Amino acid sequence: MANLASDPSRSPLGGGSKGRFKSELSKRYRIDSLFSAAAWTAVTLLVLVLALLIGDVLVDGAARLSWDFLTSFPSRKAEEAGLLSALVGTIWVMVIVAVVSFPLGVGAGIYLEEFAEDSWFARAIEININNLAGVPSIIYGLLGLQVFVRWMEPITGGRSILSGALTLALLILPVVIVATRESLRAVPDSLRQAGFALGATRWQVVCNQVLPLALPGILTGTILALSRAIGETAPLITIGALTFISFLPEDLQSPFTVLPIQVFNWISRPQEAFHTNSAAGIIVLLGVLLLMNSSAVLLRNYLQKRH
Amino acid sequence: MDEQMEAVLRAEQVSVSYSGSTAVKNVYLNIPRNRVVAFIGPSGCGKSTILRCFNRMNDLVAGAKMDGRITFNDVDIYDSSVDPVDLRRQVVMVFQKPNPFPKSIYENIAFGARINGYQGDMDELVERSLQQAAIWDEVKDKLKDSGLALSGGQQQRLCIARAIAIQPEVILMDEPCSALDPISTLRVEELIKKLIENYTIVIVTHNMQQASRVSDYTAFFNAKATETGGKMGYLVEYDRTENIFHNPQQQATQEYVSGRFG
Ligand SMILES: Nc1ncnc2c1ncn2[C@@H]1O[C@H](COP(=O)(O)OP(=O)(O)OP(=O)(O)O)[C@@H](O)[C@H]1O
Ligand SMILES: [Mg+2]
Repeated sequence: MANLASDPSRSPLGGGSKGRFKSELSKRYRIDSLFSAAAWTAVTLLVLVLALLIGDVLVDGAARLSWDFLTSFPSRKAEEAGLLSALVGTIWVMVIVAVVSFPLGVGAGIYLEEFAEDSWFARAIEININNLAGVPSIIYGLLGLQVFVRWMEPITGGRSILSGALTLALLILPVVIVATRESLRAVPDSLRQAGFALGATRWQVVCNQVLPLALPGILTGTILALSRAIGETAPLITIGALTFISFLPEDLQSPFTVLPIQVFNWISRPQEAFHTNSAAGIIVLLGVLLLMNSSAVLLRNYLQKRH
Repeated sequence: MDEQMEAVLRAEQVSVSYSGSTAVKNVYLNIPRNRVVAFIGPSGCGKSTILRCFNRMNDLVAGAKMDGRITFNDVDIYDSSVDPVDLRRQVVMVFQKPNPFPKSIYENIAFGARINGYQGDMDELVERSLQQAAIWDEVKDKLKDSGLALSGGQQQRLCIARAIAIQPEVILMDEPCSALDPISTLRVEELIKKLIENYTIVIVTHNMQQASRVSDYTAFFNAKATETGGKMGYLVEYDRTENIFHNPQQQATQEYVSGRFG
């Protein structure tokens, strides 16, 4: 053990560089700090840009925010215009999107992850779903226009809330499926084995043991997908959502507008006052988004605490 | 075997392959009722594989294929008329790593009973199962606590309690003590000796002392190299435990049990 202390200048523990090891601690720490500095810069830049964007919108639009703004219909006079119809339209659309995409997406995810045999067919579906998640939203708009607005007009009523919501549901379906599968995959296999070894059927295992554990992740993924849908404009314009609606939707077949379309409409007017409206509209949209995301976090924490 | 006994499980010419490559070949084995049978042998010789055939857990492994015949109470369990879910209710399995459900201790026991349509008093069943598994005194005041909050040894006894709650005939245990300290191990072994009045137990173990302490019969598996470079397991010798340890017929067995293996 004599050579343990042969080079005390390097390490008080005597390890340092002996034999074929060269620990080079100071070099490794340098790389450490290099990367933490790089990561820190990236985060700071992002936060700065975000703060700038939000600050800009707040400066432009905060003064315009008022109860009247939320409860008035659009108008030719910028000072009297509000986004009631757009806000209500957004809520309708989001509720339908959630109701359609959650059961379909989670069901498909469960089937693919827990039930489907590992065949070339299942793999082909998997690849396609992953690709669908990357298809530009305007393509979904074109699909919705043809399928929901034209072919299914007797059911959807053409350019209606239902058509818009179904198009958006289709748009986020792959994201919900992928999120569901990821969450299911994170559940340890030993739990499934435990269930099967007690004589449980596949559905009993999935329903009693796997789903409760995967649910927080599934819900978070779904709500994040919904927050993507809430900001979508292109596919809804494609299927023909109106930009000027001065009534509230009465049923699923009513014409509709949503917040991002209203914002887009105002910003494309020449008058300065409408631009202020549009900034205020963005604040409202951000507020709704924040509400959704924080409810996702709360829901997840609540569900995780139960275990 | 030196005596005629009533076999609960019977394996005849069983071979198992994973994705085409044979893992164990040509196993003949009778598991007698109300006895403990230990499987011993070096790593990778197919002990877990054969164990998983007895309750068709291998059906869940992609690429696994079994040839030969296994009967449970003289019924071919791989016959198309046998439902594996029904089989696993009667031939349950306890795993190497304790895997309680992330639920309350009570729910851990109640789950198996409930899914199998238990009609009796659930509270009573939970208490009786925990008592049989020698863990009741430690958990009776915290049945609502998570099963994950127990120590490893307690978790394993909870898993055994969970298994006996559905009143099976056979309990398959795959290295149930390998994650446990010596004291917990002894408690599980005592438990096994007690359970044998009502159940038949097959236990895989790497612990020779354990095999000689708890089992009535011991099967020694070994693996040999194949031409393709892989390894193939086979059953070397199966006899009463005292014969395997004190008077083995095969030299490989002699070397393995005396620790002079390889
Ligand atoms: N799920 C699987 N897929 C593919 N091959 C497997 C699988 N499980 C086991 N095998 C192979 O089958 C052979 C026997 O494995 P098995 O797990 O039955 O051995 P074992 O005797 O239980 O070993 P150990 O004592 O280490 O647990 C090994 O060669 C292993 O590589
Ligand atoms: Mg094993």
